[in-house]
Amino acid sequence: MPAGLGTPQPVAIGFFFVFIAITLGITWWAARRTRTAEHFYAAGRTVTAFQNGLALAGDYMSAASFLGIAGLVATSGFDGLIYSIGFLVGWPIVMFLIAEPLRNLGKYTFADVVAYRLSGVPVRMAAALGTLAVVSFYLIAQMVGAGNLIKLLFGLPYETAVALVGVVMLAYVLFGGMLATTWVQIVKAVLLLAGATMLAGLVLWRFHGNPMGLFDAASARYGAAVLAPGQLVSNPLDAVSLGLALMFGTAGLPHILMRFYTVPDARTARISVSWGTAFIGFFYLLTFVLGFGAMVLVGREAIQSIDKGGNMAAPLLAAVLGGTGFLGFICAVAFATILAVVAGLTLSGAAALSHDLWVNVVRHGEAPEKEQLRVARGATVLLALLSIVLGIAFKGQNVAYMVGLAFAIAASANFPALVLSVFWRPFTTRGAQASMIVGTLSALVLIFLSPTVQVQILHHAHAPFPLSNPGLVTIPLSFLTGIAVSLARPDAKARDAFPGLQRRLHLGGD
Amino acid sequence: MSDHDDRLAELTRAQRRLALGLTAAMMAVYFGFILLVAFDKPLLGRLLRPGLSLGTLLGVLVIVAAWVLIWVYVRWANRHYDPAVRALRGGPR
Repeated sequence: MPAGLGTPQPVAIGFFFVFIAITLGITWWAARRTRTAEHFYAAGRTVTAFQNGLALAGDYMSAASFLGIAGLVATSGFDGLIYSIGFLVGWPIVMFLIAEPLRNLGKYTFADVVAYRLSGVPVRMAAALGTLAVVSFYLIAQMVGAGNLIKLLFGLPYETAVALVGVVMLAYVLFGGMLATTWVQIVKAVLLLAGATMLAGLVLWRFHGNPMGLFDAASARYGAAVLAPGQLVSNPLDAVSLGLALMFGTAGLPHILMRFYTVPDARTARISVSWGTAFIGFFYLLTFVLGFGAMVLVGREAIQSIDKGGNMAAPLLAAVLGGTGFLGFICAVAFATILAVVAGLTLSGAAALSHDLWVNVVRHGEAPEKEQLRVARGATVLLALLSIVLGIAFKGQNVAYMVGLAFAIAASANFPALVLSVFWRPFTTRGAQASMIVGTLSALVLIFLSPTVQVQILHHAHAPFPLSNPGLVTIPLSFLTGIAVSLARPDAKARDAFPGLQRRLHLGGD
Repeated sequence: MSDHDDRLAELTRAQRRLALGLTAAMMAVYFGFILLVAFDKPLLGRLLRPGLSLGTLLGVLVIVAAWVLIWVYVRWANRHYDPAVRALRGGPR
């Protein structure tokens, strides 16, 4: 194994401990400022547009993006870029349809918006179902990724690595709430952007600053096919289905939506999306260079000999270009990335359990501040344990696939109800409930019936459902269910409350 | 209907028209790209110059298009939407 991967590396461990020390310091600072539920869930609504832009980027640029996409591009060329592009195009949708309404209509979770003019209890129960399904799949992806990564980078056993991530993340969320989680995201986003920029800079240096020289070298070595679409998305409908899930999934991810409550007003929410999209777009452009750089400078064979999925392409590239020191830095950045994303996911799951289910369904919105905070922290511990158990139970699963599924569930369960409640006057409580439940369940069922589960995991000869991503069926199905149920049984009260919603959407609260 | 309500209704219409229009534009750009990936792979593999395939160029342009559409929305919101909201918030409630 080149460059000491798979054995404990002093430099990587050193960088890693510096990161842990800084983030725990932030947590200690944030813990003293986290006294109310508003602090715990929404950082006291004091985050600036630039900070939230970085935090959005931090929440979004997961290990799947950094390691997974660089690996996909390195091993399959152009096809990996399809993911880079798909992950970005959801952001304009968040900007145009979601960010401002969310900030003006909600309090802590996206269910607040859907419940604004509808009956809270049924809507919140359905929304919590969707949120927990998305968070669970996303957590599995991150935890499995973390276990494998740390095993390779630090030489720790898989289970120890998963437990370590769970415990450190729990410290951030439990004591520091959203304020600590936000700053951990910001530190991580800066480190990741800096690391990826340096790495891409070193690659381009070898090609006289010309990316086309790099791409040309790749096609000279592995054939012109690496610059064209190929085998990865062989079924055209699969490509469209994955595209739909990626585009609308972003606007339904609970941990991303929750970020818009941390800023003081809708204008700040809007500006934070433009910062976020600038950082994320820049990062995905860098993945073009990182992926092809690893293909040419490390070589496909070397990358795949370490990890068949190609996930170690970026760390290996760092080792070739900057030696053990730079490899250590990039490894620590990758670990920080996973820790921060897991923290954000856990917080959004805890908000669904405590704010939506406990405070609003069980206690009908009448819970004292102290109790809200206590339940939120209890839910955090529960989710941290769940994430460790899931991470160990799903050892060996394909990470990128799990993330794609989380996006498909988010796009089918959360996005249609959110958009219809804000833009469509006849929408009703039953319509919202039906849309979210049908969206969640149909996505889960079709995932189970897909070729990836039936053929690749269960080793059956055929799959009853032909697409590996269900978005093409489940997103329209969720929209149509919501519309049909609303039209079948109109609700005058919800209809009459629409102008009030419009006023609040644009003018904000008092 | 007071003048205040009229102006809010007009602002709502303008915001909705732009938001839905820009969403449709982003969908058209992205799904145009995805449909080419799905149905015309040789076209995207065509080299415009050594090292630069049409697919890579269009991929970069999709990311740039996302930035441009967001810039259009933010510019409109800063110039027209925010002042209108401020005026309405200050008016009779």
